[in-house]
Amino acid sequence: MTNMDDAAYKKYAAKRAAKSNLAADCAKAFFVGGLICCIGQGLHDIYTWLGMSEDNVKALVPMTLVFLAALLTGLNVFDNIAKFAGAGTLVPITGFSNAVVSPALDTKAEGFILGVGAKIFTIAGPVILYGTLASVIYGVIKYIVGLF
Amino acid sequence: MENVMNYVWAFVIGGGFCVIAQVLIDLTKLTPARILVLYVVAGVILTGVGLYQPLVDFAGAGATVPLTGFGYSLAKGVEKALSERGLIGAFLGGLTATAGGITTAMVCGWLASVVFRGKPKG
Amino acid sequence: MQKGVIQLKHKPSILSVGTVGGKKEHDGPLGKMFDHIDETDTFGMPTWEQSESEMQRIALNTAMEAGGMKIHDIDAIFAGDLINQCTSSGYGLAGFDVPFFGLFGACSTIAEGLCLASMLVDSGKFDRAAAVTSSHNCSAERQFRYPLEYGGQRPPTAQWTVTGSAALILGQHDKPPYITEVLPGRVTDKGINDANNMGAAMAPAAIDTLKRYFTQSKKSPDEFSAIFTGDLGYEGSGILIDLLRAEGIDIGRVHHDCGLMIYDRERQDMHAGGSGCGCGATVLAGHILPRMRELALTDVLFVATGAMMSPGAVQQGLTIPGIAHLVHISMSEG
Repeated sequence: MTNMDDAAYKKYAAKRAAKSNLAADCAKAFFVGGLICCIGQGLHDIYTWLGMSEDNVKALVPMTLVFLAALLTGLNVFDNIAKFAGAGTLVPITGFSNAVVSPALDTKAEGFILGVGAKIFTIAGPVILYGTLASVIYGVIKYIVGLF
Repeated sequence: MENVMNYVWAFVIGGGFCVIAQVLIDLTKLTPARILVLYVVAGVILTGVGLYQPLVDFAGAGATVPLTGFGYSLAKGVEKALSERGLIGAFLGGLTATAGGITTAMVCGWLASVVFRGKPKG
Repeated sequence: MQKGVIQLKHKPSILSVGTVGGKKEHDGPLGKMFDHIDETDTFGMPTWEQSESEMQRIALNTAMEAGGMKIHDIDAIFAGDLINQCTSSGYGLAGFDVPFFGLFGACSTIAEGLCLASMLVDSGKFDRAAAVTSSHNCSAERQFRYPLEYGGQRPPTAQWTVTGSAALILGQHDKPPYITEVLPGRVTDKGINDANNMGAAMAPAAIDTLKRYFTQSKKSPDEFSAIFTGDLGYEGSGILIDLLRAEGIDIGRVHHDCGLMIYDRERQDMHAGGSGCGCGATVLAGHILPRMRELALTDVLFVATGAMMSPGAVQQGLTIPGIAHLVHISMSEG
């Protein structure tokens, strides 16, 4: 200890730290993530079969998945699936839904304005901000390039 | 048969996006929030350089359901608005195209906060 | 000259204790040690922060009852917890008309409280003083990590905040167990900034305290029936034992960690073990002290460790300062 500086200690602690089981985690993420995308594909086919316009189908698929994930979050089920699936539930739009719904549930104690209202985007906010920002930058570049 | 293959590719490509994120979670100290930001921005960029549309045509929901697909929708929305309304479209198109998902999340989140309560983790 | 190990001339007694726990703690290997359990973890309160306050109230009331005391028999309370501004303690103990000292030593708080209470009882300033702490998994998750329903995976080095509270009432020298020595900890930061590996962040503080203790007291670890650390967990315990051994101090045979005792890591999926102010406190009050009264343990070092960080500090990239306070508890007069 006395002869170990901070950097050496940090390295030592990281080296001996228990590691995640990468192969098992990836297999679970692949399986659950793939399954959620298949559900999305299924919804797409059902809505199309029902005769909806392509634009409406495009909107309704993510809306349905967001709704289902929100319901499972409210029923205290989503976090248990996510514990198993890891990135398998995080990366599909279900993860975005859970990131909005879970802080909303959690902050009810602080009231509907300063609790739920102010904190609903504490986790998902960065996704909306940087996604939108990136799309605006893309649009401006595309416009300028289009002038020539 | 073509129908079945749609599902196979949705599964494989969608699952593949999740595996990449899982590797980032396990091997780096990136938090989930950072990974999601990375995915959305990557979706916008990949769409902009023309790489994401072929993937959507190929894998369907396997490419649109992961958060890169959210970036894809933002970029597609901007493209459409640009062509219809010019420069102002850069500011209007993104959120217009993704309004369904965001609004549903907000409405469901608010309703859930009224109806449900968090429980201790299982 | 820094004072170092403080001998308590009159050896204050630990008169009585009260312990409270939640469902997971009840399901654990020490599940039977708690005086009070609530399987819902709410303790009948509408918010998790209020549940935690209620646990402190129950713990102190139980300890007073067990010792046959009324509230005005206690001269002072030393209490702390993990929640911002120690509100679990402030609100929880607001109804007791007793002078109150609010402490923050993160998960080491019970040992910090015992150090201060025992020194002041020993010096005769107080006849009786209580040390109270609590932690609640749900209030801690909310403040330090994610919303309860957020779906995420915990890395294998992460620890689980114990839902539990304990109160210990000290008095002038009477029956054993006695507190015979204390060694207050020093803030020690060895550059760990990973909030998911608190064991590694706190271990250097425990090493510093134990090394100072054995150097100054000239005792050897094997003179003790056991050395308990508060919540170093799997990661921190391994580091502590290995690095102390490298310094020529071998505690391997007598060391136990409360964070590894309170849960069955495999069965309960607890990763690196339990943590929180309620972890060391409930194991000390509910398990270690009863074992001492049965004389299964006679001389014990209790070293509670704390990681004194906040989510904001970690987001700013700051490293995590650790602390470890030591309390020597003995069944013998000598």
